[in-house]
Amino acid sequence: MLSRTADHVYWLGCYAERAENLARTLDVQYRLSLLPRDTALEDAGWERMLDALGLIDDYVARFDRSFEAHRVIDFLAFDRDNPSSIFNCLRAARENARAVRGTISSEMWETFNATWLEARATAPTRFTARNVAEFIEWVKYRAHLARGVVLGSMLRDEGYHFMQIGTFLERSDGVARLLRIRLACERPDGAEGPAATDYLPWTVLLRALSAYEIFRRVSRDRVTPSHVIAFAAFRPDVPRSILRSTELVFENLQAVANARSAETQRRAGVLHSMLRFGTLDTLGTAGAEGFLRDVLARGADLSDRIGRDFLGHVTPA
Amino acid sequence: MDRPTKTPTVAPYDEMYTADGQVRPPYEVYADWLIREPEDALRQKRAEADSLFHRVGITFAVYGEQDGNERLIPFDIVPRVLSADEWRRLAAGLRQRVHALNAFVADIYHGQDILRAGLLSPEQIFCNPQYRPEMQGLGVPGGIYAHIAGIDVVRAGQGEFYVLEDNLRVPSGVSYMLEDRKMMMRLFPELFALNRVAPVEHYPDRLLENLASVAPAGVADPVVVVLTPGAHNSAYFEHAFLAQQMGVELVEGQDLFVRDGFVYMRTTRGPQRVDVIYRRIDDDFLDPLVFRADSILGVAGLMSAYRAGRVTVANAIGTGIADDKSIYPYVPDMIRFYLGEEPLLANVPTRILRRPDDLAYTLAHLDELVVKEVHGAGGYGMLVGPAASQAEREDFKLRILAAPEKYIAQPTLALSTCPTFVEQGIAPRHIDLRPFVLSGKDITIVPGGLTRVALRAGSLVVNSSQGGGTKDTWVLEE
Repeated sequence: MLSRTADHVYWLGCYAERAENLARTLDVQYRLSLLPRDTALEDAGWERMLDALGLIDDYVARFDRSFEAHRVIDFLAFDRDNPSSIFNCLRAARENARAVRGTISSEMWETFNATWLEARATAPTRFTARNVAEFIEWVKYRAHLARGVVLGSMLRDEGYHFMQIGTFLERSDGVARLLRIRLACERPDGAEGPAATDYLPWTVLLRALSAYEIFRRVSRDRVTPSHVIAFAAFRPDVPRSILRSTELVFENLQAVANARSAETQRRAGVLHSMLRFGTLDTLGTAGAEGFLRDVLARGADLSDRIGRDFLGHVTPA
Repeated sequence: MDRPTKTPTVAPYDEMYTADGQVRPPYEVYADWLIREPEDALRQKRAEADSLFHRVGITFAVYGEQDGNERLIPFDIVPRVLSADEWRRLAAGLRQRVHALNAFVADIYHGQDILRAGLLSPEQIFCNPQYRPEMQGLGVPGGIYAHIAGIDVVRAGQGEFYVLEDNLRVPSGVSYMLEDRKMMMRLFPELFALNRVAPVEHYPDRLLENLASVAPAGVADPVVVVLTPGAHNSAYFEHAFLAQQMGVELVEGQDLFVRDGFVYMRTTRGPQRVDVIYRRIDDDFLDPLVFRADSILGVAGLMSAYRAGRVTVANAIGTGIADDKSIYPYVPDMIRFYLGEEPLLANVPTRILRRPDDLAYTLAHLDELVVKEVHGAGGYGMLVGPAASQAEREDFKLRILAAPEKYIAQPTLALSTCPTFVEQGIAPRHIDLRPFVLSGKDITIVPGGLTRVALRAGSLVVNSSQGGGTKDTWVLEE
């Protein structure tokens, strides 16, 4: 497969997943903002979220330090000038699909194209910061649809593998960031309180990962930060867990291995093993922060290496 | 040569109806259906077609337009129909013409018999920017230069066919032929049960066979690629479409490189050899070492690999010499010269303004003639005399006098019309036809082609860049 083609399908996977992750992240914060909770920590939630997404500098440069909900929502969901907004991720996914429309299936191209056309036509009117919940639902369902189309129509060749690698690197990144945002909002001392309502944000987080019902079904644990982090990080059978994502990155990388990718495969294996054999028992919530930071750094390193080994990116001097 | 006649004042030939309102035979079944179809239903079908084309992304890029820079080429839901007999005559003429054109290009770049015979003067070739000295004496597989030709044909008078233009460089539009058919079958399946419409869907298979048949000698299983200038090119949809339909890679110049005399593409598993390049880039941009040095679309060293016979470029470099408007008037002579046959398809009678008597006549009859710049394309750089104002004609006259050899003149043909669904309902609009002729081991033509339609009432300009649309083209089987 052409390196340039592989590059486009890789980024197609990344941007499609990023749009969905952003929608899910926004969903958590938005739902929390509707709850009758009144803590200073929660008020700073929007700021923490921007910080964890790596967008705080861009935001502050444009809006100063005024983190009102509607402004942040607009910035993350619809902003034409924020290259990382959901709107622009949908566009970037579509542009990458267009560049390889001859390689991916027609149904895939039509799905990504239709999503973008609909976003462009309806985002300024039907969807606004006032009814962001509807927009989030729409983004999630378009993502489900696209996933189904990919599964049901794409040839299982290198293009598929590179798209999967892009998708799941992005997913592990997105989930790790989401957990860090929540963690940053916890009490500084890290102590776990007894009242169930204290952990409402973690319930909301599970719902945003489409995993609340699964949590209830497979776990007798209470919803506490460490239980949710362990669940979202280490469960092999939860579709959006970090373990599942790193496993798929590792497997798909094996399928495309080439003469110079041995070190990249090894590092993907190390990341996967960290999740596969890791546990939070020894870490506690304090150690969890360091652990998630490590996961993010290793993911970024893999992304760079994949670019150099396969996608024709130039090695930085 | 025939003398151009005065602008006809009679109504143009209508493809569906005779002058006294009778339905012509190939349209009988369709016209009968159309009468019973309510206008609302047609309007709804047309809206459906628009939204489908948008979703499928069958668009062309428009430079300088905001937000995506992509526009639809309007699709008309009324088909253009040709009888089996009409098609047989047309196809025979096209085959003959393309055969002679390939022989001409081969001759120009080898023996130049046609110059020695005095049919053309040397400066008409060697002073023509489309002549590529780099091609002189270079052999190409099968002696084929124009592997893919798009021949623009119009009907005038009592429905006679005339060739308006030969497109032998990178003719486009075949994807619309295929997508228009797909759309018609989706919107009006019942029409295909009522009419025996010859299929066109096998065009990509034929194209791939054709390209493989001209691979460098000794290559058993050639790797074919489509070379595109990129996603911002106006015909990008077609490039991607053809690559996908043929199941070959769509490459950009940056994906290819030349090493040890061979062309390779950069893949995730290292370099892979390329044997046949179906290029959709003009000669000028193909190789910065030989042609335009500022080209970032091409491949450095491609020409050297080509000269060494390690790769086939389709269409060949330098075919432009045969589709230039200044050469066009001589195609009937070429047919006689190379094939010893009388042309089956007529040229539009053309005055060559490098000739003093043709120039004098043209200047005296500017209000009746169409004057074309010989290197112009896409409907630009031309004067449609009867439609132009006095001032425009005066202005054009000065341009002609400054360089008469740059112009040809033709009578304003009353292009045939075909009923077309426009805002006001069904109304006649002028059309042309571009069939696609494939030359490799054999010459193949899928029945039909791209029918373009000038959507503005009275307009003769069918180019998509100037508001033209397209129609599905039916060739009926017997």
